[in-house]
Amino acid sequence: MAGAPARELALELVGIDKRFGAVHANRAVDLSVAKGSIHGIVGENGAGKSTLMGIVYGYYAADAGTIRVDGSDVRIASSQDAIAAGIGMVHQHFMLVENFTVLENVLLGAEGGALLKKGEADARASLGKLMADYGLEVDLDAKIEALDVGTQQRVEILKALYRGARILILDEPTAVLTPQEADALFRLLDTWRSQGRTVILITHKLREILAATDRVTVMRQGAVVATRDTSATSQEELAELMVGRRVQLRVAKDAAVAGAEVLRGEGLRYVDARGVERLRGVSLDVRAGEIVGIAGVSGNGQSELLEALAGLLPLNGGEIFYKGEKLAPPGTAAASRAARLHGIAHVPEDRHRMGMVVGYSAAESTILGYHSDDELGFGPLLSNRAATARTTRLMGAYDVRPAAPALRSGNFSGGNQQKIVLGREIDRDPELLLIGQPTRGVDIGAIEFIHRRLVALRDAGKAILLVSCELDEILGLADRILVMFDGRIVGELARAAADERTLGLMMAGIEPAAAAQ
Amino acid sequence: MEDLVLQTVSLLASTVRLAVPLILCALAGLFAERSGVVDIGLEGKMLAGAFAAASVAFWLQSAWAGLAAAMLVSIAFALVHGFACITHRGNQVVAGMALNVLAVGLTAVLAFAWFQEGGKTPALADAARFRPLQLPFAAEIGAVPVIGTIYVRLLSGHNALVYLTAALVPVVAFVVFRTRFGLRLRAVGENPHAVDTAGISVARLRYEAMLASGALCGIAGAYLSTAQSAAFLREMTAGKGFLALAALIFGKWMPIPTLFACLIFAFADALQGRLQGVELPGIGEVPVQALQALPYLLTLLLLAGFVGKANAPRASGIPYSKEK
Repeated sequence: MAGAPARELALELVGIDKRFGAVHANRAVDLSVAKGSIHGIVGENGAGKSTLMGIVYGYYAADAGTIRVDGSDVRIASSQDAIAAGIGMVHQHFMLVENFTVLENVLLGAEGGALLKKGEADARASLGKLMADYGLEVDLDAKIEALDVGTQQRVEILKALYRGARILILDEPTAVLTPQEADALFRLLDTWRSQGRTVILITHKLREILAATDRVTVMRQGAVVATRDTSATSQEELAELMVGRRVQLRVAKDAAVAGAEVLRGEGLRYVDARGVERLRGVSLDVRAGEIVGIAGVSGNGQSELLEALAGLLPLNGGEIFYKGEKLAPPGTAAASRAARLHGIAHVPEDRHRMGMVVGYSAAESTILGYHSDDELGFGPLLSNRAATARTTRLMGAYDVRPAAPALRSGNFSGGNQQKIVLGREIDRDPELLLIGQPTRGVDIGAIEFIHRRLVALRDAGKAILLVSCELDEILGLADRILVMFDGRIVGELARAAADERTLGLMMAGIEPAAAAQ
Repeated sequence: MEDLVLQTVSLLASTVRLAVPLILCALAGLFAERSGVVDIGLEGKMLAGAFAAASVAFWLQSAWAGLAAAMLVSIAFALVHGFACITHRGNQVVAGMALNVLAVGLTAVLAFAWFQEGGKTPALADAARFRPLQLPFAAEIGAVPVIGTIYVRLLSGHNALVYLTAALVPVVAFVVFRTRFGLRLRAVGENPHAVDTAGISVARLRYEAMLASGALCGIAGAYLSTAQSAAFLREMTAGKGFLALAALIFGKWMPIPTLFACLIFAFADALQGRLQGVELPGIGEVPVQALQALPYLLTLLLLAGFVGKANAPRASGIPYSKEK
């Protein structure tokens, strides 16, 4: 991967500054992106990457600073201006109208006239050529909601191409892709670069930065801390630059000593409100002293499985056994309470929706679900003092910063919120921990801490079921790995037998025997 | 036989007359809600329009001047709604309800102050109203049995606003599904972020939709006070705006199905008018109040039982801000 020659700049940012109220999201950011290169931007959540790209794409207006495209100053006041300047963006959350066809989505904003008929015909012709040129085949008449996320992303890229983008910004493009799909995307970006176009890649996956980019800029707390030639840096250096201190990327652990079966699910089935079968007969077991990881691309039934096991989701079939005894059917308040009483702890995937109440104080979020404990009050009365005391203790043990029990839960950073939830659940000394996306939106320093805690819990002989869309996390923590695709478990691998390629193929629905070929 | 045809035709003709304000309001609501603004203020805009039409038609002795005034006043109401919930991201339902209350009070007060007739406007002369029009050859075709009755009594003999409404339905369908504006309108009610990132102003698009909504409600109001009646009466809309909203939901925010939903509601209304004072076999005479409740009961039944899953525009009711 040769670096492009020292040359013209496609995009140049000078002194970009942006505040949202009290938050200083971008501090005098300078950035130079060479024409015909792939430029990576890394940084933790809240480092200001997305805000910066939002400014370039005209989504936000900068408070100060200059944007230059191809050497000349441009004023970007709206996305319209950005598109006119040849900038395209693929957002992390796709900007597609779900009940529109692919063609309608591409046309939106580039209709080519007051009536659609002519524009539609023109678009069909030029899209057909674009799709053939770049290998981006999509059925133009398919509705977006019927397409899988990988295809939806292709639609987003087509949209940018159709508008004649010369600079393409991709925000966390691989979050929803299997490793093979990600590889295909990077091959496409390679083709782009060879045509003299420019790519800006925002990601938190350092491996991708090293594999795909020419140069990389690291952001921390709204400012650029370093820019490196990719060939002259390493994952460790980038991680250290992002966090501001040395971090260990992988937690050391011994082999698991699996004990008695703690959790067993048999033939679990779930059909959602729209009639889609989300779980199609899932069976699994988790034993004491082991971490079972569930891998898969987001949206293949893992979330539903976790919620059902936690007693939250009413199943349409199947049974759940805990230490050999059948649990009441999930989906009632009694079931989820019973789960807690039995020693089943649950750290949900979406902590804002299910893990805590962002408007609550940290102390209130800390006792959530355990508020009936005798220690916390008398009868219907709650003792704020007892809640604060428990929270102070947990904040110390789990390194929550700031250690302020009265602070609003939503005002903590993602990592500290997760430590509050994790502390609340692990503190009960559960026999079984169900945990989803433990490090989503969590900074690297906190990831290290959370991973260590999970391994320590395992070593204490507890059972852990881990659902994660991050393959690195599954590979780093799990002792056994189950892969889910389309509501089924495609197969199971022992950690030693698992590698990224095999898992990736299984995540695309290919049986393990075939995947291992 | 001819008597049965006559009965049926006149029932259908009154269905058409009663359906017109529902259809206009439902189309108005279609623009607003497709753009992402829940338009519970249809009733108020229509009422304000009715008052403006009757007043101006009286002063200027011109139905068309009344219509123009109705559209302007109703558009002004729609813009106030837009200012509250597009520019200032207020709650759309509360703002719409406030407009309804405002319209009830303001029209009554102004009617008292200007005309001193107990809250109504002076009766309009025929010249200041929309009068029935005869389609060509009515006399010749009218002689033919059945077909003649249908032509003269059902197709011919309505006022200009009825024919305008009939023409507007396909026009709205075309605008919504075949034009650039329609594409953007449908998109902004589903995912305004997609519209914004496509370089289109969400606020401007929603204001345009509110303009269309206001104009259509104004026509509906003018119809009530200068075509169907010959004066403005207090609260003469009588919940038709809400009925139109129900028809819009029943029609799943699509122009043609919404048209049929309006016709069903209007038919129920026409039927209850016919049944008043009539001895029904086995039941006897049904109290007027129970009959008058018929269209509304039908609304409840249809919305509860038959509409299936109504997929409202996904962003409807949510003020747009760039942060999710």
